[in-house]
Amino acid sequence: MSEHQQTLIEFMRQQADKLAVQTLQHIGLTFISLFIAVLIGLPLGILIARKKQLSGSVLGVAGILQTIPSIALLGFMIPILGIGPKPAIVALLLYALLPIIRNTYTGITGVDASVKEAATAMGMNNWQILFKVELPLAMPVILAGIRTATVINVGVATLASYIAAGGLGEFIFGGISLNNTNMILAGAIPAALLAVIFDFLLSRVQKLNFKKIKAGTYAMPVLLVVLSSLYFIPNAYGGKLTAGFTPEFMGRQDGNLGLESKYGLKIHTIVISDAVMYKAAYEKQLDVISGYSTDGRLKAYGLVVLDDDKGIFPPYYAAPIIREDALRKFPELEKTLNLLSGKINDSVMTDLNYRTDYLHQSPERVAKDFLTQHNLWKPARGQSNAGIVRVGSKIFGEQYILANMYSMLIKGYTNYDVSTKTGLGGTKICFDALTNDQIDFYPEYTGTGLLAILQASPETINKVTQNKDSTYNYVQQEFKNRYQIKWLKPIGFNNAYALMMREQQAKSLNIKTISNLKRYLNSK
Amino acid sequence: MIKVDKVSKQFNKVKAVDAISFEVQEQENLILLGTSGCGKTTTLKMINRLIEPTSGNIFINGKNVTSQQPENLRREIGYVLQNNGLFPHYTVAENIAIVPQLLKWDKKKTEKRTAELMEKLHLGADYLNAYPNELSGGQQQRIGLARALVSDPPVLLMDEPFGALDNVTRANIHKEFKALDELTRKTIIMVTHDVQEAFELGNRICLMDKGKIVQSGTPADLLFNPANEFVESFLKDQRLHLEFKAIKITDLWDLLPDKQKQSNGNSLSADIDLWTALENFRYAKSETLTISKSENEIKTIDFEQLMSAFNRYKNKQGA
Ligand SMILES: Nc1ncnc2c1ncn2[C@@H]1O[C@H](COP(=O)(O)OP(=O)(O)OP(=O)(O)O)[C@@H](O)[C@H]1O
Ligand SMILES: [Mg+2]
Repeated sequence: MSEHQQTLIEFMRQQADKLAVQTLQHIGLTFISLFIAVLIGLPLGILIARKKQLSGSVLGVAGILQTIPSIALLGFMIPILGIGPKPAIVALLLYALLPIIRNTYTGITGVDASVKEAATAMGMNNWQILFKVELPLAMPVILAGIRTATVINVGVATLASYIAAGGLGEFIFGGISLNNTNMILAGAIPAALLAVIFDFLLSRVQKLNFKKIKAGTYAMPVLLVVLSSLYFIPNAYGGKLTAGFTPEFMGRQDGNLGLESKYGLKIHTIVISDAVMYKAAYEKQLDVISGYSTDGRLKAYGLVVLDDDKGIFPPYYAAPIIREDALRKFPELEKTLNLLSGKINDSVMTDLNYRTDYLHQSPERVAKDFLTQHNLWKPARGQSNAGIVRVGSKIFGEQYILANMYSMLIKGYTNYDVSTKTGLGGTKICFDALTNDQIDFYPEYTGTGLLAILQASPETINKVTQNKDSTYNYVQQEFKNRYQIKWLKPIGFNNAYALMMREQQAKSLNIKTISNLKRYLNSK
Repeated sequence: MIKVDKVSKQFNKVKAVDAISFEVQEQENLILLGTSGCGKTTTLKMINRLIEPTSGNIFINGKNVTSQQPENLRREIGYVLQNNGLFPHYTVAENIAIVPQLLKWDKKKTEKRTAELMEKLHLGADYLNAYPNELSGGQQQRIGLARALVSDPPVLLMDEPFGALDNVTRANIHKEFKALDELTRKTIIMVTHDVQEAFELGNRICLMDKGKIVQSGTPADLLFNPANEFVESFLKDQRLHLEFKAIKITDLWDLLPDKQKQSNGNSLSADIDLWTALENFRYAKSETLTISKSENEIKTIDFEQLMSAFNRYKNKQGA
């Protein structure tokens, strides 16, 4: 345990620069959005306290906004606002609105009616009543709302890294993807600390007597602006081309680290989620992205893969991995899952992905069409008590399709029932679910197994990534020894990492390989 | 000075005030008296336009209140609320200074006036920096009064100003109220549902029921010439007490025997009411009281003589 602590500290020390930048970005994002939310929410709250008939609809809309899952909200923002801080700030401010509007409304309507009547009777006009009576008396309640909003924002701001807005989410989600606990903690601990510290500070502010320190009323907005501006400090850099890499790619030897060490590639990079990366490239907000070679969006958005001429991306052949005790429990299973082996090559997989990702066909339909075409589909055998096989999948289209195919095959060829647990986040979540007996199998990739799960040493990686079979053999052996998990036969396609660009831009800049890209970047 | 002319107020289906009219003379103290819900507060609030009437007109010094900017109108009218309505986030001094601030008085003038009022209302200067929740109910009531009086408005509206107080405190405040020179100069309309308070503080009383004025007149009018059974039954419980309070010795003067005994020095003024005279029997050592109406009109009476004069007076009124 102490050794573990040690490495976390070491990790943080080693990544101190990044950590500082991310923390500042995080604080900045939190407070820019909070500031705007106060600018919007406070007047709205006052308005609905005056015109009560509006309160139902305004609070209703703000309430609905808050129930939209954060990732979905960020997703909605991309087409309108692109990627980067803008959509992140808008999304955060939408979350912060409800507590601010609601507490302003509650605070003001809660002011003693006889106090307001006294103010009127003494000849105060509406503005005087607002500023001298209602707002000061409602202030503790309003501040409580701002406090809630701040804590919410610190939490939600971790998701900003999905759309290239930075923040501590880069470490957290990078860490989850890479199965790197230190990295997760290096992001999560500061994020939690920020929430605790801001909550504490605001609780103190809430107790202040605003009448006694009139200056405090002016200090608050100034402080908000200063904290907000933190976001822009680390952003003062630019470049020729912009790359968008996933948090996972950023931290991998066979990702950005390899690009830097083996190719010497230096490119202005922002961190972004896989979910919006391709679209952002298509919309020319990014020029180079780290995609997967079988991704359907490659076809949809007119992107081309740059040739990995120095061979830094190891093979990623997909195969179901399954716990050995599950194989004993369901003797029919291995045979059934292997029905798919060798059936799907790269271009087939790209096409299947294209159908779900771009044509928006359901993974279920795509899976069924494919099985029917290849005469593999059989109707489900119906209920029996032979047991339930739990299928897992990671949170992207290809895995959904594979999970659907497997569950159809199991239902058609065996007496087992199937329950699917799709969308299990990244590699770490999926693999933990497998080892903890929460799922029985899921499709994994040899490269991921080698690097993210086994965390093989650089020498081993060099040795076994020369060809696809040596990689497969190595992970198969190691998984069996370490985890009692078996790799079944590969499905056929290789979903490796790849750098990609818009076809048109690649052509006009005459970039075909990663080395070409480096040469272009180095030229003035 | 204040004229209320056929004023009505309808809340949805409830007719809270029903075509009432009355007038208040300058420096008069008019009491709106009546049971809960009879429309007293509504009537009062229509005068400073906290409530707008459904129909009818209200004039102050001949000017229709609706012809003025409400804020300006209200700065000329002191208003004391039923539950004081002090600003909880303001100190006593700041509460009193609200209207001066609106009128843009300079700081010195406000401070001087505040100090003056604090003294008149028997509040120590060390309360100036206290917050309302640190004061007793009676003290809060006085601050409420000070706040309404600070700019010396000619008109004062008071809605059950002593409603929240216990009897002893209320009796004390009544005494101070009557002694306060600030108030004798003012035209006051005061709401209460307490008959004793009405008789104690009012020059004239409007007795209201269900949004209408049943009778208006001096306390004695109401007592001895009730307009109907409602008035009579309204006063019934405290009748004797009220009568003692309503009748002054001067009223009985002619009914008292002319017997001239040697006075023992200190005589009482005939301006006192019967109640006070009776109290003097209790505290004075002697069996008799010496009362003087003027230099050479002095009578010495005993308890029986006083009571028989009272009974004859009442019989005369009833006739
Ligand atoms: N804002 C309002 N909306 C609807 N009805 C009202 C409103 N204000 C008063 N009323 C009604 O008008 C009537 C008179 O109310 P008002 O407050 O004038 O009574 P009051 O004589 O002051 O009674 P109390 O002695 O209890 O204070 C009551 O029936 C009350 O319910
Ligand atoms: Mg009332």
